[in-house]
Amino acid sequence: MDATISLTVDGRRHDLTVDTRTTVLDALRERLGVTSTKKGCDHGQCGACTVLVSRNGGPGRRELACLALAVAYDGAEVTTADGLAGGDGLHPLAEAFVEFDAYQCGYCTPGQICSAVGMLDEARAGHPSAVTADLGADPAVLDRAEIAERMSGNLCRCAAYSNIVSAVQSVATPAGETR
Amino acid sequence: MTLVEPRAMGTALPRIEGPAKVTGTAHYAFEQFVDDPLYLAGVVSSIARGRVRAIDTSVAEALPGVVAVLTAESAPRLAPDAGAEQAVLQSDAVHYRGEYVAAVVAESPETAREAADAVVVSYEAEPSSTVLDPDSPEAYTPEIVVMFPPDTVAGDPDAALVASPVRTRATYTTSGNHHHPMEPHASIARWDGDRVVVFESTQSVWETRRGIAGLFALSEDAVTVVSPHVGGGFGTKGGMHANSVLTVLAARAVPGRPVKLALTRREMTDTTGYRPGTVQHVELGADTDGRLRAITHDAVEQTARMAEFGEPTAVYSRHLYAAPHRRTTHRLVPLDRSVPTFMRAPGEAPGSFAAESAMDELAHELGIDPIELRIRNEPDVDPDSGLPFSTRNLVACLRRGAERFGWADRDATPRARLVDGWWHGTGVAASFFPAFTMPGSAASIRYDQDPDRFRVDIAAADIGQGARTALTQIAADALGVPASRVDLNLGDTGLPHATVAGGSAGTASWGTAIVDAADRFRDKWGDDPDDAAEAEGVAQANPDAAAYAMGAYGAHFVEVAVHADTGEIRVPRMLGVFAAGRIVNPLTARSQFLGGMVWGLSMALHEESVVDPGVGHVVNGDLAGYHFAAHADVGDIDAEWIEEQDPHVNPMGTKGIGEIGIVGAAAAVANAAHHATGVRVRSLPITLDDFLGS
Repeated sequence: MDATISLTVDGRRHDLTVDTRTTVLDALRERLGVTSTKKGCDHGQCGACTVLVSRNGGPGRRELACLALAVAYDGAEVTTADGLAGGDGLHPLAEAFVEFDAYQCGYCTPGQICSAVGMLDEARAGHPSAVTADLGADPAVLDRAEIAERMSGNLCRCAAYSNIVSAVQSVATPAGETR
Repeated sequence: MTLVEPRAMGTALPRIEGPAKVTGTAHYAFEQFVDDPLYLAGVVSSIARGRVRAIDTSVAEALPGVVAVLTAESAPRLAPDAGAEQAVLQSDAVHYRGEYVAAVVAESPETAREAADAVVVSYEAEPSSTVLDPDSPEAYTPEIVVMFPPDTVAGDPDAALVASPVRTRATYTTSGNHHHPMEPHASIARWDGDRVVVFESTQSVWETRRGIAGLFALSEDAVTVVSPHVGGGFGTKGGMHANSVLTVLAARAVPGRPVKLALTRREMTDTTGYRPGTVQHVELGADTDGRLRAITHDAVEQTARMAEFGEPTAVYSRHLYAAPHRRTTHRLVPLDRSVPTFMRAPGEAPGSFAAESAMDELAHELGIDPIELRIRNEPDVDPDSGLPFSTRNLVACLRRGAERFGWADRDATPRARLVDGWWHGTGVAASFFPAFTMPGSAASIRYDQDPDRFRVDIAAADIGQGARTALTQIAADALGVPASRVDLNLGDTGLPHATVAGGSAGTASWGTAIVDAADRFRDKWGDDPDDAAEAEGVAQANPDAAAYAMGAYGAHFVEVAVHADTGEIRVPRMLGVFAAGRIVNPLTARSQFLGGMVWGLSMALHEESVVDPGVGHVVNGDLAGYHFAAHADVGDIDAEWIEEQDPHVNPMGTKGIGEIGIVGAAAAVANAAHHATGVRVRSLPITLDDFLGS
């Protein structure tokens, strides 16, 4: 069974007809040629396909594109790591990943970066994590343990974790609202 | 030999492909653009051993969008001498659960999968054996374990053990492990007449070419393999597995159209190799001052009945410590499972767990500091070959690590530090990995006046280790120009031959070819080359290889906390100190060391291939069930290295660094856990139930 939907990806609108079994991830990669978003497990277990999704112009939230059926995302706006900077150089987090060598093979990297962007927004909005000691703290203080906990849905088999946390922290810190 | 003068080497050049990787615009195998692709889905066996009795493909074939269904009856024939693992769909025999018995080619991935599910297979099952039993009557001595003799003996180790005033004996076991690189194995194949183009996620485009040419009876020139970016390999993408053969085979049935296959985690678990489980018996005999008289290291490990792979587990103990009486042995037990393969530090990773745990047990028995015990047994020459070391700085690594980690203040008493409900302890282990250089890689260099740049071509593989960047730095220094004027191309059989990214030998082997090409280029053209000036070079066998024992060394320091009530295990601190020759790029090298150390952490605490003995099914065949370290599992971790000048290893003075990070790391965790709790865990992975009731 097919359905016709529209998806806005990195600011560009696409109208397409999809098999209703098609995930957002396969729609991006196999139908629209948007391969910035990676398929690591197709089961929502690794985080490599993390994208930012917004509806009705709201702020993007991190979601796993492999667990999302495209037919249920008609009209959604999807931002991938390639679209984060709006076509203008590198996003500050992407720059930090290069500077801190926060990757090796690079396959989990776009998902890590999208996840970190979404995670920093969640922290600014005051969301606690499992390691937040003081739930009254506003905004959540992002020390290394907080960043690691909040990024644990994004696996990295090369194990660049320590450098990823450093890269995220370098971007989170200058705002003055985090440590 | 004369070492290349380092200018670009030693600088922290960020990865050249960094901007492409952080935006996701680096194209991995499955992301190569092809017109009008078809999708492949496999049908796999549900029994561990036996025969396919019948396959009903009628429902699958009738589905709209299905282009072809392949079975052993209908699939194209491969060369009759195809290895068992590569002879895909060539007979009705089933060798393991999860083996391909049919495949579907369809217009969409959804249809391919639906059709694969609709194929009905019936079997004649035979009795199978799928779990390692160290006492199995089927155990045998292989002719070789990878490239080493299975057994070695010096002196009379059994008599020396009996005569030793202090003696330890214990059995250590390690689980099977799965590689699970983040990028699944992926292939795209398209036939055009008797030529085939393959986009492949591989550690060696040339090995893939050679393999396909052999299986399909083609000349090598008829096979093009392209692999510009590889999302991790760790050994599983070093040799060709069934999935690559299946893709090329299926594409053969639909000439002119590209066929795509990216594996699921289930398929990766079942068909792409794994580190075999081991059972290791280690005995040490020493004088009361800690000097070893005897070392025996006897390994029993699983292999596959369909094809042999012998993990060189006990080889580690041939090289680390001096003792006049020594023995190492390997026995293999064939199972009805898929074929094990190389996985990051094959042999050294499981072998060092046993050997370095045993040294800790001996230190405890003797009441000697475990670092001091290792220093007292430092050999003057390689214990196995008797050759001098080109460089060996294990003791320097131990001492530097001890200083930085704060080892001098350590109270050796186990189970003595309970802080807020957690038992704390620290542990140490040594590390070693041989420094290989593989001969046979070639490189070409070309200078173009406009735009005044040097192009360096070599079909090497950047699997995340940073080859593109490190080789650019090596080429720059060999040519005597800045790295910013060098363009390095790799990952394509259109480029000069390169050996595999494996054995921690990539940079050493490819760099040797590049240095040779640069030497020839400068001999021919001087420092002011003409436009379009070219030269080629090759990596010859290292003339010093027969005269010296060569290896990288290291020391791991680990802090472990074990919860007194729940047994939960945490690793708040890890430090690795390594001596690995010249470090080409300190930024990317540190990442490799850290990555290896986290692999050791995962091996120690998380990774376990759980097999249902009834049907030979790996029950945790996905990333929810097969655990490796996530962000929150990694605490304060750092790696550093000591300066080392080695003129014997290769013209760059480098030793491999891709694998040494894991070697010994799991033992350091186990040793720290013993210091924390007094419980000696000799079976990996260590889990919380190991500490309950203690």
